[in-house]
Amino acid sequence: MYPSRFDYQAPSTVEEAIALLSAADGEAKVLAGGQSLIPMMKLRFASPKTLVDINNIPGLDYHRADADGTYRIGALCRHADLEKSSTLAAHQPTVAAAAPLVADPIVRTRGTFVGSVCHADPQGDWASVMVALDGRIVAQGPGGRQRTIPVKEFVAGPFQTVLATDELAVEAVIPAVAGTRAGGYLKLERRVGDFATAGVAVALELVGDVVRQAGIGLTGVGAATISADDAAAALVNTTLDPDSVENAARLAAEVSRPRSDHRGSADYKRHVVATFVRRILADVKRVHPEAA
Amino acid sequence: MTSLFEEVPPSTSSNDGVPVRRVEVRINGETRAADVEPRLLLAHLLRNGFRLTGTHTGCDTTNCGACTVLFDGQPVKSCTMFAVQADGHEVTTVEGLATASELHPIQEGFKDEHGLQCGFCTPGMMLSAKALLDENPDPTEDEVRWALSGNLCRCTGYQNIVKAVLWAAEKLRESDGSGS
Repeated sequence: MYPSRFDYQAPSTVEEAIALLSAADGEAKVLAGGQSLIPMMKLRFASPKTLVDINNIPGLDYHRADADGTYRIGALCRHADLEKSSTLAAHQPTVAAAAPLVADPIVRTRGTFVGSVCHADPQGDWASVMVALDGRIVAQGPGGRQRTIPVKEFVAGPFQTVLATDELAVEAVIPAVAGTRAGGYLKLERRVGDFATAGVAVALELVGDVVRQAGIGLTGVGAATISADDAAAALVNTTLDPDSVENAARLAAEVSRPRSDHRGSADYKRHVVATFVRRILADVKRVHPEAA
Repeated sequence: MTSLFEEVPPSTSSNDGVPVRRVEVRINGETRAADVEPRLLLAHLLRNGFRLTGTHTGCDTTNCGACTVLFDGQPVKSCTMFAVQADGHEVTTVEGLATASELHPIQEGFKDEHGLQCGFCTPGMMLSAKALLDENPDPTEDEVRWALSGNLCRCTGYQNIVKAVLWAAEKLRESDGSGS
C-alpha cells in the first residue's frame, strides 16, 4: 500500500516548520512519530500535498517538571521516553501508568505523546489522561505567536482539533498542583495494540488525606473521550472513603456511552469502567496510606 | 508500473519526472545510498532496493511487527516509516545479526529452543529481542513477553520464542563474563 505522492520537507527549526505549514495553505500534515499518520496515508484516508517532518528539529524530545511542578512534554517526546522514565511516576502517576499501555512496544519507540493528542482519535489513551489532568496544548504560529489551549477545547471532534493550518503543537503542559499528584490509568484490551475495550484515567490532587481536585477521563466508551465530571466531583473533599469511591464508580459508569460490539456488550463495558475506577482508587490508597 | 526507488548512481528525478531524494543509510555497519521517492517505505527500500529480504512485510498496517528493524538501536516497524527518514541514521536488519562464521546468540537460541515454526515473524522477533537484551541483559520471562508483545506469531509459537530469548540472554551474559 502506498500513500499518494507528497512533497517532503524536513525543517530543522520550529519557525521553518511553521513557515512551511503556512505556505502549504492547509494542504500539509506534520509528521512526528507517524504511527497513526503513515497508516492513514497508506490507506489514503489522508493525502497531504506536503509532509512536514519535524523529526530533525532538535530540542523537542523532552519531558520535564518546571520548578513549580508544571509538567512539559515536547512535541518529539516518544511514548517509550515516558514509559522508560525513572522520574515520571513521582511527578505524574497517571501519565506513567498510561505510557506502557499505549499501542505496542515497537509503536511506542516512534509514536509521540503530542502527536497522539493532535491525531484526536476518540479511542486514544492520552486524550483521557489529558482530560483527567486538565492538560493543555501549546500551539505556535507565525511570528512566534503562541497560545495555550485546554485539551477539552483542543479536540473539536473525531480526528479534528482547533489547531490552525499554520500552527504547530510544540508542547503539552500539565498544570502544577499545590498538593500531591495521585492517580492511575487502566485499560482493557483484547490483545496488545488493539483499541481499548474500555480505559479509565484518574488524576487526583491530594492534600494530606483529602482529595482537593479530581479528574476522570474515559477511553473507548463513547464517540469521543468522555470527561466524567460528576464522578470526579464525587471524590473532591473526601478521604476516598468507600461510599465516595462507590459513588464515583457508579457515576463514571453512568456517563459512559459504550456500544455493544465485538469487544463486548455495552453493559459489560460500563461494568469495566466502574471496576477500573475502584481499582485505581484502591491503588491510590495503597500508595498513599495517609489517604484514608 | 514505475519504480519508487532508483538504484545508485544518482539522478535528480526518476524516469517519469518525479522528484527523488538521495538518502545515505548506515545498514548493518555499511553505508549505502539510494535515490528514493519520499513515499517509499523503509521496508521496501530494504527489501527491494538493497535486497535485504530478511525484513518481512506482513500486515502492512502497523499491527504485526514482522517488518521490525532497529533504527538507531530502537525497534521500529519499517512499514511505518519512510525511507527518506532514515537518511543519516543507522539501521540493523536481521542480516546484521550474524557474522560470516557465527550465528548471533539470539539466532542460536531460536534454533536450539525451536523458537520458530514457519519463520515469517522470526526476523522481527529477533530484532525486538536484541533491543531488549541490549538494554536489559537479564530480563524476566514477563519482561521478555512484554518486549515481544508488538510482534505477532501466527503459528502461536510464543512459548518457545520466549524460551529462545531467555536462552540467548543467558548465553550473552556468560560470554560477556568470560570475555572481560
